[in-house]
Amino acid sequence: MTAALRFDPIRLPETCEQLRKEVRAFLAEEIAAGTFDPHKPNREDTDVPEFSRKVGAKGWLGMTWPKKYGGQERSFLERYVVTEEMRVANAPTRRFFVADRQSGPVLLKYAPEHIKMDILPRICRGEICFAIGMSEPNSGSDLFAAKTRATKTDGGYLINGTKIWTSSAHIADYMIAIFRTSPPTKENRRHGLTQFLVKMKQPGIKVNPIGQITGQYEFNEVVFTDFFVPDDHVLGEVDGAWKQATSELAYERSGPERFLETYYVLTELVRAVGPDPDTRSAEGIGRLVAQLHTMRRMSVSVAGMLQAGKEPVVEASIVKDIGTVWEQQLPHRVRDLAAFVEETATNRETLERQLDFAIKTAPKLTIQGGTTEVLRGIIARGLGLR
Amino acid sequence: MAKTGNAVAESDNIVVETAEKIFADLADPQTINNDKTNSWQAPLWQALSEAGLPLSWVPDELGGSGASLADGFALLNAAGRFAVAIPLAETMLAGWLLAQAKMTSPEGEMTVMPASPKDRITVDADGALSGRCRGVPFAKAARHFAVLAHGPDGVSIALVDASKGRIESGLNVGYDHSDTVTLDKVQPLAIEAAPDGVDQTRLMLMGGVARSLQIAGALESMLDISVRYSNERVAFEKKISKFQAVQHNLARLAGESAAALAAATSAADAIANAKTFDDEVYLEAASAKIRCAEAAEKGGAIAHQVHGAIGFTIEHILHRYSLRALAWRDDFGSESHWAVELGKLVASRGADELWPLVASR
Repeated sequence: MTAALRFDPIRLPETCEQLRKEVRAFLAEEIAAGTFDPHKPNREDTDVPEFSRKVGAKGWLGMTWPKKYGGQERSFLERYVVTEEMRVANAPTRRFFVADRQSGPVLLKYAPEHIKMDILPRICRGEICFAIGMSEPNSGSDLFAAKTRATKTDGGYLINGTKIWTSSAHIADYMIAIFRTSPPTKENRRHGLTQFLVKMKQPGIKVNPIGQITGQYEFNEVVFTDFFVPDDHVLGEVDGAWKQATSELAYERSGPERFLETYYVLTELVRAVGPDPDTRSAEGIGRLVAQLHTMRRMSVSVAGMLQAGKEPVVEASIVKDIGTVWEQQLPHRVRDLAAFVEETATNRETLERQLDFAIKTAPKLTIQGGTTEVLRGIIARGLGLR
Repeated sequence: MAKTGNAVAESDNIVVETAEKIFADLADPQTINNDKTNSWQAPLWQALSEAGLPLSWVPDELGGSGASLADGFALLNAAGRFAVAIPLAETMLAGWLLAQAKMTSPEGEMTVMPASPKDRITVDADGALSGRCRGVPFAKAARHFAVLAHGPDGVSIALVDASKGRIESGLNVGYDHSDTVTLDKVQPLAIEAAPDGVDQTRLMLMGGVARSLQIAGALESMLDISVRYSNERVAFEKKISKFQAVQHNLARLAGESAAALAAATSAADAIANAKTFDDEVYLEAASAKIRCAEAAEKGGAIAHQVHGAIGFTIEHILHRYSLRALAWRDDFGSESHWAVELGKLVASRGADELWPLVASR
């Protein structure tokens, strides 16, 4: 049983370090040009289409995908490096992040060829934005309770119902959503849902922004009224979406974005305490850095498993569980230590402003993309308890 | 432990395979827990010695078996899974230290000192050693000490006859010997200058990573026996493994166990492949000790919670792992010590050099 929980010490190959230098140089140029401010953490508030296209032009979107679809056929470890450098710099990744991480791989696996040829190169060029249509007003963690209906009609399906908490739906060009095509069966309550590709910004779809406690409006309610989706936009097996969901999770749950969301407050604390910290600050920073380092080692290890063609669902769930709890607590631990920072610290105001935002962000981190409770259920199943 | 067969099948390394077979044959946890006279210790030590395991890190020409650093670290992880009260890690570390100065290791049990970053042994102009070291693991069982000493000419490494030291006997929270050793102008059996880069910090980090691997191993076993117990124990008319509260606790224990193993094996890999002991290796080694110590506390508490009262009894094997994991936190610098040192290192490099340090490999 413990054999399943090995996190081998994967080291990034030399190609990754060369790439890292290129990414850092690019981000430094963009910061210098005023494209974004690395000290301003509310990255998700800003949609920067030209940044997205520049990242695409660098070949850093869809970089693991086949060349014929615009990809670079590079490794997951190389993608990992690009992702973590963007996160740490607070780069405005909102427009392309979901498509690159999640939607593209789903299309690669399940979309018909002509759709792949049409859409994947545009993701790689950073031209289009994706949203994920999973939750509904009465189904969140209980994904298979989804009710939004896809009713068969001539040449396609008519969609009626509401998706909710849909990040980026207000700017998205496409959504990958699950809709109900059949009722669940007695034997399998997960039966009856189908995955669809939905073209947004069309009549029959209404996107209503929802205010968040951070002051942002980055998630939405999406209402479908007799919205038509053609047959060739069905992704995978009709009624069989549940079989397709699990492999997505390992990609979604183990990346550097699962522990670096509030990282900026740690950098700023180190800046505030200066080169000669008192014992309490040094001890606090040392622990946080040790915890951060350990999570990154685990996360890189999972990237190595993905590269080796494994499906480390339990390991990925452990990374997301530990990582999101950590990034949620981080602003509070930094606040504990910031209480002792000298009044004269030059970045005191920056640190306080960042803490204000990070503390408001923190509650969502253990909810989005699979709650802590769902993750621990998956880990428990992996341990043979369920 | 009934599941040791699994561990044997998992291992991919002849040193570890040999050790696991010996542990499984001679150190069954329930059997040794029932043995009030510790009559299992001598045959176990003899078997390990015959297999050359205590001197794994000593080259053939210096009296050892010449295993790689990586194999030795894997051996310590396996030893942690059995949590046996014998000076295997200590003898390995002592042999490693002596080998740094090309000194031959004697036969028999050894330990290494200082075992705390706060203690210091000095060497005077006549080559005599003086100083007091607390918390020296298994000093009472050792026939020789490998000593790192400071003198006017820098750092030396010495081999000392254990009977020349004054030993105040003590026990750590895991009931293993953790003694205070005083050397008062003791002439060593041999003494050599330490090579560049081998100093007390390096010894503490090496010892800390050894303890990290042992803690990670103990946590693997705690997870294993806790899962098994939860699938056997019935309460409120069902197995307690079916209660969500218990499942979530065990999921957290799995996370702590995984984090400890990841931190420890990563640090071991970093040291085994390091050309120099740079900031990146320091980050790896210090982080392993800090994170494994935290996992020992959090993970051990969950293992006990799952077991309820039975796990609190001296008859049950759980404490063999849980208390030892807690005790190992104190050796070669506690997590508090390393957190302060790591925090100082990070602060001195500056805020903009933190991420390059973390993302260095």
